[in-house]
Amino acid sequence: MKVQVKLFARARELANSDVVEVELPADGTVGQLRAVLTERYAALRPMVRSLLFAVGNEYADDAAVIPPNGEVACFPPVSGG
Amino acid sequence: MIQLTRDEIDYVAMTEAVRTPQAGAVVLFLGTVREMTAGRRTVALDYEGYPEMAESKMRELAEEARRRWPVEKLAIAHRLGRLELGDVSVAIAVSCPHRHQAFDAGRFLIDTLKETVPIWKKENWADGTTEWVHPGT
Repeated sequence: MKVQVKLFARARELANSDVVEVELPADGTVGQLRAVLTERYAALRPMVRSLLFAVGNEYADDAAVIPPNGEVACFPPVSGG
Repeated sequence: MIQLTRDEIDYVAMTEAVRTPQAGAVVLFLGTVREMTAGRRTVALDYEGYPEMAESKMRELAEEARRRWPVEKLAIAHRLGRLELGDVSVAIAVSCPHRHQAFDAGRFLIDTLKETVPIWKKENWADGTTEWVHPGT
């Protein structure tokens, strides 16, 4: 399945795009997405372990399955306030 | 009231909005753009957010605060975009019957916002360089 991934902050700048599309198997997980993203975007590799993911506006860990058409985002640790 | 805005935060109006005869205490927290960080001089901060998720997380924070303290009213606003020194980046106003409840609820709201709400700041240092603030990276 094709997954659109919104990127923010330094992850967006390193990938030079605010949204990217990646191909994942059906029932693909956040962990698989993390691997595919950092495979394609070498610039993201130094921060691979600290990247956070959200599915449907909720934080999702590597075991989380990405639903078809789910809204997916990837970003570094937050620093609002 | 939960708000993400690119405009100046009207923290006076927010404070007035949470005042009520049921509350004996109103606490206002402001986060403002600081000039010096670990010896380095900042000229501006750029704030970026993931608006849908940030608003959803701020609503969850408000619900959690209401579960844990007898909150009468609360208001949270966070600004996005370019902020200059001294500008208000975040404002939290909360009213409760008693002061310790209002202080505790306000502290919970700002501390948890900083940990969980998807908003990021980028330092624009006086030497012309920029740097995203990503704790732990």
